[in-house]
Amino acid sequence: MTRLTTEALIIDIPGRASGVPLNLAIEPGQVWGVLGPNGVGKTTLLHTLAGLREPRSGQLLLDGTPLRDMRRKIVSQRMGLVFQDRQDGFPATALETALIGRHPWLSPWQMESGEDLAIAERALEALDVIHLKDRLVNTLSGGERQRVAIATLMTQSPEIWLLDEPTNHLDLQHQTAVMKLLRQQAACDRAVFMCLHDLNLAARWCDQILLLYPDGQACWGPARDMLVTSALESLFGQRLLSAELDGFPVFVPG
Amino acid sequence: MPISSPHKPLLVLLLAGFLAALLSVSIGSTTIGFEDTLRVITGSGTELQQTLILELRLPRTLSAFATGGLLAVAGALMQVLLRNPLADPYVLGLSGGAAVGALLAMLAGAAGFLVSGSAFAGAMLATLLVFGLAHGSGSWTPSRLLLTGVVVAAGWGAVITLILAMTPASRLPGMLYWLMGDLSHAATPWPGLIILVLVCLMVFPLGRALNVLARGSLQAAALGVSVRPLEWSIYLMASLLTATAVTMAGSVGFVGLVVPHMLRLVLGNDQRLILPACALAGGTLLVLADTLARVVIAPEQLPVGVITALIGVPTFLYLLYRSR
Repeated sequence: MTRLTTEALIIDIPGRASGVPLNLAIEPGQVWGVLGPNGVGKTTLLHTLAGLREPRSGQLLLDGTPLRDMRRKIVSQRMGLVFQDRQDGFPATALETALIGRHPWLSPWQMESGEDLAIAERALEALDVIHLKDRLVNTLSGGERQRVAIATLMTQSPEIWLLDEPTNHLDLQHQTAVMKLLRQQAACDRAVFMCLHDLNLAARWCDQILLLYPDGQACWGPARDMLVTSALESLFGQRLLSAELDGFPVFVPG
Repeated sequence: MPISSPHKPLLVLLLAGFLAALLSVSIGSTTIGFEDTLRVITGSGTELQQTLILELRLPRTLSAFATGGLLAVAGALMQVLLRNPLADPYVLGLSGGAAVGALLAMLAGAAGFLVSGSAFAGAMLATLLVFGLAHGSGSWTPSRLLLTGVVVAAGWGAVITLILAMTPASRLPGMLYWLMGDLSHAATPWPGLIILVLVCLMVFPLGRALNVLARGSLQAAALGVSVRPLEWSIYLMASLLTATAVTMAGSVGFVGLVVPHMLRLVLGNDQRLILPACALAGGTLLVLADTLARVVIAPEQLPVGVITALIGVPTFLYLLYRSR
């Protein structure tokens, strides 16, 4: 069980005021959703949390140890990230792509074993792309590629899952399947932290919400406290209608 | 494929390399039969045959093998570094620097070791120049490195033209042969072969990290790769390989581009397989090209770079045309 905490974290977005420092505690079992308009810094926040970008100030602690003092290999065994954009410069099959998730777990001289292969295949199966395992990734559709990317993270099998818009390009059925999978991971004492654009997915599946405002302001807390129509209206600059269905709030543009 | 055993394709390539070398040492002004060649290699045969093969032809064949292998491995490394399957060892202007070094030495009337040494110095200077400039004040991105290299290469091109324009006509042919890539002046194959083997051994434990790096530097960092040190070391390694090859044989074109590209089409993109395969296939290709260069208009010799370009250009255009 691993927890990621941020102490007075201010992400570095050039030309923007520092705003509110983030003191987040991302605990095992939680599913976080980050909401905010385009360009507000959701991706920058994820990259900063993953240790891929320096924050402007503040620090990150992984189980109490400052992230910048840890070896990248150890960090990547505990924390993984699904990117929004992917680079497919060289052709690779879906199976090969998922298999690179084992990289943090292997020594330089080790070849992937049958067990690593089985882990990758189980992940492709969980994401419903096992039938595409020998296809080249650059010939797959956007949604299929997205699922292969999530399967890569599942193969990496970290304790903390960071995902940048994991439902991008996914059809309704697979959006639901992916969200269910993420909830299952949280139920196994992992922490999930993702950026989303769909308020209703956030309302249905996230238990913690972080709202990021364009001027650097931010607020966070349990989903039921955060998903308030007036707060979301000012966040997106868009009038909203809301209702409650089966105990979950639902929002549509007004 | 990362799973399948890498031994079979490597064994096939090793055999092909061995056969090409046999062919190369047996063909020439006096053609020696295959059986006699094998006899010489196993330690018997006539004295004349021994001199001809072991002292005259074998060093050149080994030089060709080393040059081809060095260039192909350097090309494969550059392609991963720049995340661009169309990169080659010279794309960052390294051959231009080496050529300026070599031509200046020739212009000053030097020959042999001085030309080679000057070429090596020029290549390393070009490496450091691009490395320093691409670093700039911002981030070190593949596109920035590529643009810096391409522009610096254009600068070297201008200097080469200037040197050629200032050179007395009698010295021009030697310079032109050097520019096209020519193995007839290769002194000894051993430094090249040793560096080739060493780098292949060094690269193997980096292989999986290179596979991950090929997916982009952020993805690699997220999977625990120390991206910056890895990029620096493959850049320096590729530069050392290329500088060694250029020092031995001038700028032989297309081997570094075509060989990795073709192997990726056949063997997939696992660097742990591709890099040693490049060493073997690049070496084999250049041994064959050099054999052709020696016999096509015998007793005159063609520069081997002409042969590789004549084979390489259509092959590459065909691959590009066929690619999706």
